[in-house]
Amino acid sequence: MDMTVTASQALRADLSAAIERTNKRARSSAFWMAMPLVAFLTVFFVLPIGDILWRSVYNPTLSEVLPHTTNALVSWNGRGNPPIRAYNALPQDLINAQSKDILGKAVTRLNIEMPGFRSMLIKAARSADQLSAPYAPAFGALDSRWGSRETWVKFKNAAEVYTLGFYLAALDLERNVDGQIIQKPQEDSIYVTLFLRTFVIAGLVTVLCLFIGYPLAFMMANTTPFWRNSMMVLVLLPFWTSVIVRTTAWIVLLQREGVVNDLAVASPFFAETERMDLIHNMTGTLIAMTHILLPFMILPIYSVMIAIPPHYVRAARSLGASAPGAFWQVYLPLSMPGVGAGVLLVFILAAGFYITPALVGGDSGQMIGNFISFHMNETLNWGLAAALSGLLLAGVLIMYFIFIRTIGLDRMRVA
Amino acid sequence: MSIAEATKPRPRKAFDLGSAGTIAFRAYCLLVLAFLIAPLLVIVPLSFNAEPYFTFTQSMLQLDPTGWSYRWYEELRNNPQWLESVKNSFIVAVFSTLIATVLGTFAAIGLTRPNMPYRGLIMALALSPMIVPVIIVAAGMSFVYGGWGLKQTHLGLILAHATLGIPFVVVTMTATLSTFDRRLSQAAQGLGATPIQSFFEVTFPLIMPGLAAGALFAFATSFDELVTVLFLGGPDQVTIPRQMWSGIREQISPAILAAATLLICVAATLLILVQLAQNQQKSYGGMKS
Amino acid sequence: MSKTILYVLLAAVALIAAIVAGLYVFGQNSEELANDMSRDMQTRAMPELPVSTPAAPIPGAAGQAKQFAGREVTVVSWGSAYTRSQIEAYHKPFAAQTGAKVASIDYNGGIAQIKTQVDSNTQFWDVVDMEVADAVRACDEGLLEKIDPAMLPPAYDGTPAMQDFIPNAIQPCSVTTIIFSHVVAFDTTKFPADKQPSTLADFFDTAKFPGKRGLRKTSPKINLEMALRAAGVAGPDVYATLATPEGQAKAFAQLDKIRKDVLWWETGAQPPQLLADGEVAMTTGYNGRFFDAQIVEKKPFKIIWDGQIQEHDVLGIVKGAKNKDVALEFIRFATGTVPLAEQARFIAYGPARRSSLPLVSIHATAGVDMKPHMPNAPENETNAMQVDAAWWAEYQEELNLRWAAWLARG
Repeated sequence: MDMTVTASQALRADLSAAIERTNKRARSSAFWMAMPLVAFLTVFFVLPIGDILWRSVYNPTLSEVLPHTTNALVSWNGRGNPPIRAYNALPQDLINAQSKDILGKAVTRLNIEMPGFRSMLIKAARSADQLSAPYAPAFGALDSRWGSRETWVKFKNAAEVYTLGFYLAALDLERNVDGQIIQKPQEDSIYVTLFLRTFVIAGLVTVLCLFIGYPLAFMMANTTPFWRNSMMVLVLLPFWTSVIVRTTAWIVLLQREGVVNDLAVASPFFAETERMDLIHNMTGTLIAMTHILLPFMILPIYSVMIAIPPHYVRAARSLGASAPGAFWQVYLPLSMPGVGAGVLLVFILAAGFYITPALVGGDSGQMIGNFISFHMNETLNWGLAAALSGLLLAGVLIMYFIFIRTIGLDRMRVA
Repeated sequence: MSIAEATKPRPRKAFDLGSAGTIAFRAYCLLVLAFLIAPLLVIVPLSFNAEPYFTFTQSMLQLDPTGWSYRWYEELRNNPQWLESVKNSFIVAVFSTLIATVLGTFAAIGLTRPNMPYRGLIMALALSPMIVPVIIVAAGMSFVYGGWGLKQTHLGLILAHATLGIPFVVVTMTATLSTFDRRLSQAAQGLGATPIQSFFEVTFPLIMPGLAAGALFAFATSFDELVTVLFLGGPDQVTIPRQMWSGIREQISPAILAAATLLICVAATLLILVQLAQNQQKSYGGMKS
Repeated sequence: MSKTILYVLLAAVALIAAIVAGLYVFGQNSEELANDMSRDMQTRAMPELPVSTPAAPIPGAAGQAKQFAGREVTVVSWGSAYTRSQIEAYHKPFAAQTGAKVASIDYNGGIAQIKTQVDSNTQFWDVVDMEVADAVRACDEGLLEKIDPAMLPPAYDGTPAMQDFIPNAIQPCSVTTIIFSHVVAFDTTKFPADKQPSTLADFFDTAKFPGKRGLRKTSPKINLEMALRAAGVAGPDVYATLATPEGQAKAFAQLDKIRKDVLWWETGAQPPQLLADGEVAMTTGYNGRFFDAQIVEKKPFKIIWDGQIQEHDVLGIVKGAKNKDVALEFIRFATGTVPLAEQARFIAYGPARRSSLPLVSIHATAGVDMKPHMPNAPENETNAMQVDAAWWAEYQEELNLRWAAWLARG
């Protein structure tokens, strides 16, 4: 008796161990199947994003190019006279930086902090080997700005290896000489406006896509297969066509001597002198972006609508609901997962747009993506580009999680 | 169900808008469809314009043969820069599609197994290239890839486009695999097939259409992509969209319209191929039930 | 998706594919035709050339093995008509003489791309054609190679290069090739014959001269100067005024007046294009491009020389350029008396060497006398000013940011 019990227990333990092993193997084999993708995306996708976020707060340029001067400023609290040690360290730093051909990096960084630093630094570097102690008056003789507290406060700000300065700049803020955070002067403020404009454009495009796309999705889901397929082709063909092609098409259509204006002038309502400005402004951006993103709204809504059993609505009607009532109380709520997916997709894609506003946006249609590119490729203020990227990414992720919370990831369908 | 539908082809009229309402509604939908397709339809004839204008000339409207010409297509064909860009686009798209498809398919197989650990996390990672604005990714890549010497190389662009194509492969493949009946391959193995045999003889043919659709999505993604090309590509990595970009910004010549028309044809071809693949999938799905 | 739709789509694609395939047959013939035509044009133009193409006296060139056979040099410039003039005057003869292949790339100015290449040590450019203000800035930041003026060849008569070039043409990192001018041009058909614009101030007066205006988007330079001059600031005072916050505010306020009517251009080829397409009635731009449209393409454009702003265009070498030796030789060659004069046969820019001036004569294909179209023709220079490169080197970055912010506010 005892024997059998132990035997069956042992057997059971064996069995469960075997099952456990099989499960484990299955788990690990499934895991290893996905591993190459995880590794690939981590290295080639996540790492670059991490890098740019890191750059928005990490800025070692000045401490690398002018290490001794930077060191000399660490203990200075920004009040009173600039430290003599910094003046003393600067000539040798400048000479070293020039011999290593890296002074340009410091020039760029400092000029971002305070316009005018360029010429001060270059002038100082040219005569660095002829300067002699005492250095403070020697620098003052080269350029009187070297004697001012403000110069050295800006220098110290730029020398911070870990800094929130770029995020301040990305919000149109700056630190004044006394370290207080203040609003930038109006003529230099732009990013808050741009962020607002970006989200307003994204919101407007989303609303436009929803109002244009929902009825069509409804039509497609409630018609004969022939018409459904025909309409599907007309939705999918633009969807598969390159963004740059569609943007080009809108340029051709909307420019002053373009097809739309030609038609308008040919009609009795517009005179030759009344050609409309439909492009190179906000209007052009809105039209082109709505066109480009419309399929991203229609397809998810359609895929949800087509799965709504028609007898639900019929049941509501037979129970006495009016047609609008049945729509509002039965059909619309059932189609909401598709609407949510479409709204999320369109909004997120729109907020990150860059190509289309760059080509058809003129000046009033520029979005934050265009300024990220501007600072990446034109001003080379990479820290600011990184901070703008960080804020944009945060905005997009917040939208994403709000939608996931309200709708749920598994209920959203794309294409 | 399918027979019932076939015998009753009438629309599912759950809402009755009245005749005026129906007409208004249809007219609205027609307008929307026109909005969607008109830009593409306008580009095609304009690309055959004999004059360097972006609007229809009198002679074009009168269907006068002298108003129409192939000159912009010739310009494309005779311009080494355009030819080079076609070559680059295909090289980058083909190899990035290969990478995305292989990685995405294996991951999708893992993700559809019932006992996949960290499924949500891995799924979120795989889909994130669709969510993060490309401009941010491209900026980050230009630093990191630059540090690795991958900037201004075809390899760099191929890797970048592979990351952007992966979500599409993962989405289509998980959808395909979740409808795939695993008992089929188990049955094959029960009947004496080796796992490899059962994969190639049973599983692969069944998931092939989904695989093709995912690969085509990845191909189209790479073929269209411009932002990472602008940030990572050098003068030797000019792709078709990059060539169009500089064309539009510098001097918009109708040659761009010719290129655009060709790209519309590529898009239509891809669309057709995907639909064929999905039809195939559906017929397998029918077999399954 | 029903089969029918698929077949329709397939048929549509097949049709377009067939049309495109047709061009291969058709294209063959018309290409030959085009070649014939251009050959015709060249032979017809030949006898009119008073200056022979540079069979230039470059010592020791003939008979030797070519100096840079199998090498390549990448020259970056501003595209279109301007690059074409350089290809004719510099690239082709240089390639023929030295055996080097000259690759041409277009850009829109600025020093960012050079800086990126130098910082990451990926110099894929060698020679860059720059506006002098950018060159001064780039030189200060160590982005350009130093150029030894002693290597520049003397003039025909033996005048040393230093005396042959106009003042300020030789800088530590760059050598001026041509003087060009920022001007306003307009489409004569857009205004009644008795009411044609004639001054810079007219450009800013949209009430008297209605129509869209074209302005350069990529830099505040020239836009701010022209705005101040139109606001009544005299040429010599422009930079002193612009150095003050009030002066800047005044310039931006002047630009605000026409803001809603402005269409922005980025590349030199765009202004004549915008005029030709009827997108604008008046635009700023480079005088050589307008000349090309006026004379070569026979467009009804007119240049307003009043308030023109002259600037040096220079050649520099990217620091650490991979083909520095070829690049130096290229600059030595291109800034010689003959190539500089030769370039002026293709575009209306003034050569930087005094010895080139007498050689400037008649346009290569249009056959018109080039002298009255030059920025430094006396009748064009009555109200001209010069760009202050040193001033811009100092203020460029600050004003670039302010400019970008002003633009984006819309």
